[in-house]
Amino acid sequence: MHDAATHAVAHDDSKGQYFWVWGALLVLTAIEVVLGYKQIFSPVRMLEVLLVLSIIKSALIIGYFMHLKFERAIMRWMLVISVTACFIIMYFFFFPDAGRIVTLGVK
Amino acid sequence: MADATLQHDAVGHGLPGAYEAPLFGAYSKKVGMWLFLASDSLTFGALLVAFCYVRSYTAWPTPFHVQSIVNSSIMTACLLSSSLTMVMAVFAAQRSDRTWTRYWLLATMAFGTAFIVLHGMEWSKLIDEGLTLPIFPKPEHAAVGELADISKNTPQFPATFFGLTAMHMLHVTIGVIYLGVIAFRKWFLPVLGVLWIAGYVLIPSDNVFHYGVHVLLIGLIVASVILFLKPKDYDAQDVEVSGLYWHFVDLVWMFIFPLVYLLSTKIT
Repeated sequence: MHDAATHAVAHDDSKGQYFWVWGALLVLTAIEVVLGYKQIFSPVRMLEVLLVLSIIKSALIIGYFMHLKFERAIMRWMLVISVTACFIIMYFFFFPDAGRIVTLGVK
Repeated sequence: MADATLQHDAVGHGLPGAYEAPLFGAYSKKVGMWLFLASDSLTFGALLVAFCYVRSYTAWPTPFHVQSIVNSSIMTACLLSSSLTMVMAVFAAQRSDRTWTRYWLLATMAFGTAFIVLHGMEWSKLIDEGLTLPIFPKPEHAAVGELADISKNTPQFPATFFGLTAMHMLHVTIGVIYLGVIAFRKWFLPVLGVLWIAGYVLIPSDNVFHYGVHVLLIGLIVASVILFLKPKDYDAQDVEVSGLYWHFVDLVWMFIFPLVYLLSTKIT
């Protein structure tokens, strides 16, 4: 049953790596909870830090649990670039105007 | 092969040209699910971007006590563990082990159901203490206290909280139904029916879930249509595709938990 087709993508034969990913996700969650209580950052900075940590967690889930790391490169690039581009567009359409409204003085 | 990436049978490398290799090197069901997930991520992305803006530029209350944070951390652990059991289910399906595929899928559903139950209990507690939306059924006695004040003075807080978590809880519920259909097929339909009736009868009518339980009825109808119009023995590809949806649900919670809960923690 093994033919050239099965070697087209990288193999991820070890089940152990999924337990490591699960462990890393739990640790990152614990870090987020601790940061939530420590209050080192201002709220906006805290939001940015939590967003970065969440993006790292989602990269782990997408790459390993959803198996995207082991898919063909074209699929990886298409999905990641298109969704990221949409979020970047959303940011530029939304936040500059939204930030401006705060200082417009409309009560 | 232990590789959980399932190969499309039509990918013929170097074979005289009966089939053309699919563009993404994956079977179309998987590509279709990825496309759906990309679109759904934009739905949640829009809600989360709106939440981030409101959270940053409004005087935002921070009412969540330690119990809320502990509860939601347990919910997070439930979802993360459910993702792990889902991966194990895909491995089992791929080596054609029906029994263990069902066991792992059942474990995933159990973690998902635990998440929904914990979340529902948390919602009921918050609504009892006064955090509510105008659309919710009115309780017998109007609550007083911090959460009631928040509902009155900062209505964006319950609106974003219930909006985001309801959208997510709906996705988790649909996911559990989806996994149940994959694992048990027609045997799952009476289970759904019993859960719907039990929920409707046992949940008091001043609780929002008395009405929310009808999602199970909709799921029952849709699942029945699919299972009777297209009876099929679900294979490893179907399990893998359902796994993609389930991991997506977990992924969204990775954003909702820190932004909604951890940014509104009561610091004493």
